Amino acid sequence: MFRPSNHLILKEIKEKKLKNLLSTVTFFLFLPALIIMLWLFVKGSSALSLDFLFMDPIEGMTAGGIFPTIVGTFWLVIISVLVACPLGVIAAIYLSEYAKDNTLTRIIRLAILNLAGVPSIVHALFGLGAFVLFLKMGTSILAASLTLSVMNLPVIITSTLESLKAVPQSYREASWNVGASRLQTIRHIVLPNSIPGILTGVVFSVGRSAGETAAILFTGVAFYLPFLPQSVFDQCMSLSMHLFTISTQVVGVPDAYPYATALVLILLILSMNSLAVALRSYFRTRRKW
Amino acid sequence: MVTKMIKKIEIKNLTVNYGTKDVISNLNLDIYQNEILAVIGPANSGKSSLLKCLNRMQDFNPSARISGDILMDGESIFKDEDSTFLRRRIGMVSPLPVGLPMSIKENVTYAPRMAGCKDAQELDFIVEDCLKKAALWDEVKDRLDSLATKLSGGQQQRLTIARALSHHPEVLCLDEFSIAIDPVTTMKIESVLSELKKSITIVMVTNVINQAKRLGDRTAMMLNGKILDIDRNENLFHGQVNDLRTKQYIEGFFG
Amino acid sequence: MEIKLTETPPLTMEWRKKKGSKPTGERIIEALIKIAGVSSILLIGAILFFIVKESYPFLMGAFDFKEFFFSTEWYPASVVKIRYGILALLCGTVMVTVLSMLIAVPLGLACAFYISEFCGPRLREIYKILIEFLAAIPSVVWGFIAIMMINPAIIKLFNVPIGLNILNASIILALMSLPLIISVGEDALRAVPETYREAAEALGATKWEIATKVLLPAAKNGLMAASLLGVGRALGETMAVLMATGHSIQIPQSIFEPGRTLTATIAAELGESPKGGEHYQALFAIGLVLFCLSFIVNLTADLLIRGKRQ
Repeated sequence: MFRPSNHLILKEIKEKKLKNLLSTVTFFLFLPALIIMLWLFVKGSSALSLDFLFMDPIEGMTAGGIFPTIVGTFWLVIISVLVACPLGVIAAIYLSEYAKDNTLTRIIRLAILNLAGVPSIVHALFGLGAFVLFLKMGTSILAASLTLSVMNLPVIITSTLESLKAVPQSYREASWNVGASRLQTIRHIVLPNSIPGILTGVVFSVGRSAGETAAILFTGVAFYLPFLPQSVFDQCMSLSMHLFTISTQVVGVPDAYPYATALVLILLILSMNSLAVALRSYFRTRRKW
Repeated sequence: MVTKMIKKIEIKNLTVNYGTKDVISNLNLDIYQNEILAVIGPANSGKSSLLKCLNRMQDFNPSARISGDILMDGESIFKDEDSTFLRRRIGMVSPLPVGLPMSIKENVTYAPRMAGCKDAQELDFIVEDCLKKAALWDEVKDRLDSLATKLSGGQQQRLTIARALSHHPEVLCLDEFSIAIDPVTTMKIESVLSELKKSITIVMVTNVINQAKRLGDRTAMMLNGKILDIDRNENLFHGQVNDLRTKQYIEGFFG
Repeated sequence: MEIKLTETPPLTMEWRKKKGSKPTGERIIEALIKIAGVSSILLIGAILFFIVKESYPFLMGAFDFKEFFFSTEWYPASVVKIRYGILALLCGTVMVTVLSMLIAVPLGLACAFYISEFCGPRLREIYKILIEFLAAIPSVVWGFIAIMMINPAIIKLFNVPIGLNILNASIILALMSLPLIISVGEDALRAVPETYREAAEALGATKWEIATKVLLPAAKNGLMAASLLGVGRALGETMAVLMATGHSIQIPQSIFEPGRTLTATIAAELGESPKGGEHYQALFAIGLVLFCLSFIVNLTADLLIRGKRQ
């Protein structure tokens, strides 16, 4: 019979120890995050009700609901996606299908990288300087949404690029081989097979922009508005901004209110992300190749 | 026997370079109308690169540098900036089977549709005609709407051939088309090819020397981006070679 | 075997005869695609342009290099003596960034290592979903958590008068940058070819030896890039640190003292500063500093990742 030598047994014990150590570290890393979230849920759910969702904030935002902030967040997110999505997808198509390996392409990649790394407050400064002042949009939903779309652009480009690259090159070559042009190949081969991935990326970015605060701080969001926005040139309230306001700027807010607001915001983002994850796994099972 | 020798394609001083080394250097070759030209040679001798030049697929390879000229029907194929229309005149079958991720029918009608054909009757006819020519019709006629990527490798390869024929090319280039197909099907397709050459010109890269011998009217032997030998089959395969290496390769001594 | 070929197909073949060059429609669309392709360059240029434009009068006027970078006196709205020194803010930013990275980088890399090398596929999926979940939590919620949960915890644990301080912000920032560090780090580890591990295993190396002698050197650049991206994230974070650091413009003497970062200063003061005024322009100048810092950090991270590939 084969008996492992002492040396080997020792080795195995060491290995076990390392594994246990690392798994403990990992576990305890996620544990506080989970506890925090759980606590949010517990404390927030007590104030959560239909009234809270569908009423205006009253008494100096110390009572009532958060309806206008939800409406505002939807305005901002939808308009920013409408702008960023086509631009980002087309930019990714350029990079994946047209760009040659030259200096211009390298600069574009560098620009995307830096666009993604620019602090959100700098995006806010840009939005203020460019959209609010220079293009004279004023502090408005439009200016805030555009700022958000500039922020989201690199995210959408990167995720779209990944899904475009996942389409096998042999499909493109087969299509070119029979006399389809580049554009036809993109339209009939590349896009139909990468739409799922693109969609997933876009939904993720929706979640991201719903929670963004700094970028919309000076470009279109108000602390409090007594009316709902009527057009893109109006200001609006937003969930994220509201959470900031009632947890730092307003005194006398009952504890449950900010918790419930945070909970709504997180649930909104989580549902977006779950949708993206579900989309991803659904399309994975239906892949055509 | 080819009676009239009309030059379909003239390759003049063609040199192809992928950055460091010349893959094809200073190659001259005439291809005649209605012949089957077989190209043989060991791996990396530039056979596939040669085919990719014929339909300008090298346009999509940014590192490819091409000099020299290729004339088709006496006109340079590099004349137009856009090479899409050239590729509609040339059918190309790549060595690896590629079924596009759409239905079998859509695969075969892809090229005509992209070229602007909208007539359903015409498309139906093309599907049947091309699938028959590629010896695939009997196997798939009941499931034309099923996904092409679910076909077996051999079936996908024949689908690739059907697709290459679907736009009625004047020249058909085949790059080791029999690599994924069983011998019986290969024979079927070979007989179709000999039939097809009555109307079109065929260039065939192959690693199977017997296939070149069986099918070709002429055979070219390539090595290191140069043509060592090119002659009619009855001469080449009976010892009339310029270069000893051709003889050795044919007899299986090297390569 | 007989295969019948149709001699003359009943086809119009109109489509076969088309020749010439690319249709104009296609040309226009491709031009538009190219414009969209370079849009990122235009945008990053525009960001730089507008920030410089807004801060230009300040840079040309009240700006004094020595005072700006080396003075801790930030009194932009003072009636007596206006000062624009960002040293304290810079220190705040550096302190929270460094401290948060001291927490997040070792933990994050250990975590990345565990997930990529030890984890079963099922557990890995669960962790990946958790990471995505953590990454999705917006910064304002993190700030809220800092105020409501970490603040009292710090007061109780360390027996200090105020829990909104450098430590608080660092913990929050660490939690925020962990997902990024873990996922980029894991990518770097997974990019090490399987053959390396197999070869080392065949030589009888333990996992620990494989980790330190094979994976670490091979994935070194990627792991450094992961840490740097974490730095970039921490550096630019605004809302969470605004809410967590407390408000005190001074160089913090310990991690239990409140401070103020560059980003938080802009967020806190821009609303109150009159548009076009000197204070307002000085805040844009801080934005310019932030832009440059993030540019350098991201560029270095990219060079590290890229250098590995070549």
